[in-house]
Amino acid sequence: MKYLDEYRDERIARALVAELHRRVTRPWVLMEICGGQTHTLMRYGIDELVPRQITLVHGPGCPVCVTPLEIIDKAIRIASKPEVIFVSYGDMLRVPGSESDLFRVKAAGGDVRVVYTPVEALKLARANPQRQVVFFGIGFETTAPANAMAVWQACREGLRNFSMLVSHVLVPPAIRLLLGSPHNRVQGFIAPGHVCTVMGYREYEALAREFHVPFVVGGFEPIDLLEAISMLVAQLEEGRVEVENQYARSVNREGNRPAQAIMQEVFEVCDRKWRGVGLIAQSGLRLRPEFAAYDAEKIFDVAEFSAEEPAECISAQVLQGLKKPVDCPAFGRRCKPESPLGAPMVSSEGACAAYYQYRRVATVS
Amino acid sequence: MCLAVPGRILTIEETKDSRVGRVQFGGITRPVQLDFVPEARVGDYVVTHVGFAISRVDAEEAERTFRILRGMGLLEGEGPESRGESNEQDRAA
Ligand code: SF4
Repeated sequence: MKYLDEYRDERIARALVAELHRRVTRPWVLMEICGGQTHTLMRYGIDELVPRQITLVHGPGCPVCVTPLEIIDKAIRIASKPEVIFVSYGDMLRVPGSESDLFRVKAAGGDVRVVYTPVEALKLARANPQRQVVFFGIGFETTAPANAMAVWQACREGLRNFSMLVSHVLVPPAIRLLLGSPHNRVQGFIAPGHVCTVMGYREYEALAREFHVPFVVGGFEPIDLLEAISMLVAQLEEGRVEVENQYARSVNREGNRPAQAIMQEVFEVCDRKWRGVGLIAQSGLRLRPEFAAYDAEKIFDVAEFSAEEPAECISAQVLQGLKKPVDCPAFGRRCKPESPLGAPMVSSEGACAAYYQYRRVATVS
Repeated sequence: MCLAVPGRILTIEETKDSRVGRVQFGGITRPVQLDFVPEARVGDYVVTHVGFAISRVDAEEAERTFRILRGMGLLEGEGPESRGESNEQDRAA
C-alpha cells in the first residue's frame, strides 16, 4: 500500500541505522509518546537495532491505558442497564474496572457492541429509537474531533436517545508533568504524529522552550521512527533544541483547523484523572454545558466511585518512562493479556502488552 | 488507538451536512467522513482514524523526503539494482 510499504523498506532502514551509529557519541534517553509508536518499535525490534547508547523509554500515549478506573466502573454500570446499547471501541472491553469489565457485562447478557467509528453508534441510535445508545468517548486529540462530530450531529438531528460517556485526554499536560518531575530522565521526545495531525505542534514548541528539550514529530512506520530518532540524536549531539517535523506528509504546524473547530465547539478543557498517574490539571476534555443533554454521566446519574488499583501493578512508573514493563514482578506471570492486572497489558499499544507480544521469550523464562 | 492509515479516495458523495468518501485501503474499501478535509479530491490519499479523514497526504512532501531517504538506502545498499519497491512506487504514483 502506498505510503505504508515504502516506509518499511529494509534497505533504507539499514542506512538510517548506520547513520545513527555514526552520529551518536554519548548516551541519550529518548521517549516516544504514542503507544502506536511503541508498538512499531517493539514489533520491528528497533529498540535492539539502534546504538546501545540510545535508551528508548515509552510514554503515556495509550488512551486505553490511562482511562481511569472510575470511568470504567461508570461504563460498566451504564452498560448493565437493560434499556442501554453500550457502544465502544474494541480495546476498552477487557480493561479491568475495580470488579468487572465490559466483556463480562456482555457475557452476562448486557448489550455491549464494538464499533470502529462513532458514526456506527449514531446509526444504532437512529435504528433503535426505543433504546438508549451510549457511546464510550475516549481517546487523545486524534479521536476527539470524530467523537465531537458524533455529538454535534446527534444534536443537529435532535436524536434524543444518544449520549456519550466522555473521558478524553490531552497529551501536552502529561508531558509537562513528566518534564517537571525530579525523576525525569528523558532528554528528547518523539511527538505523536496523529495527535499533531489534528493539533499541529505549537504546543510542543512551548514545551521545548520551557524545558529545553528537543521534539521531533514522528510517524508510525519503522522508517518514520528511525528517521525521527536520527533527527533527535542530531539535535542532541549538536546541542540544538527545536521542534522538527519528520511526519510532514500528514502534519503541519497549525494542524487541522476544521477538526479543531468542532472539538472546541463541543468539548471544553477540564482536569482529568489518568489511570496509574493521578489527577493532571487541564489534561482532559468534557462536553460543554450546552451539550449536557448528551452527557451520559448526567443522564444516568452514575455516582462517583473511587477505586484502588492493584498494588502490584507498577503502570504509573511504566507510563512515565521510569520503569520498563519487564521490571514489573507481575509481568508475564500474574499479568498477561488474557488476564490483565493493569490497563497497559490490555491494549496492543500498551507498553506491557507490546513487550509481552514481542519480548516475552527474552524476558520471561 | 491513535492508529490511522492512508487510503485513496475513489468517490465522494456530498449530502447537505456531510461529505463521505469511499476510500480504498489496500484490498478493502470503506466509507470515510471527509468533513475535516474539505480540500480532498478523488484520487487523493487521506489519513483516516475512526472513520474520519484527519489529513490529506501531502504528496509533494512525501515524495521530496522519500527521494532523500531512497538515495541514502541506495548508497548504503548493494547498488542500484532495485528489489521492486521503486517499480511499485511508480505504478502507485
Ligand atoms: S505488567 Fe501488568 S501489573 Fe505490571 S505494570 Fe504492566 S499492566 Fe501493571
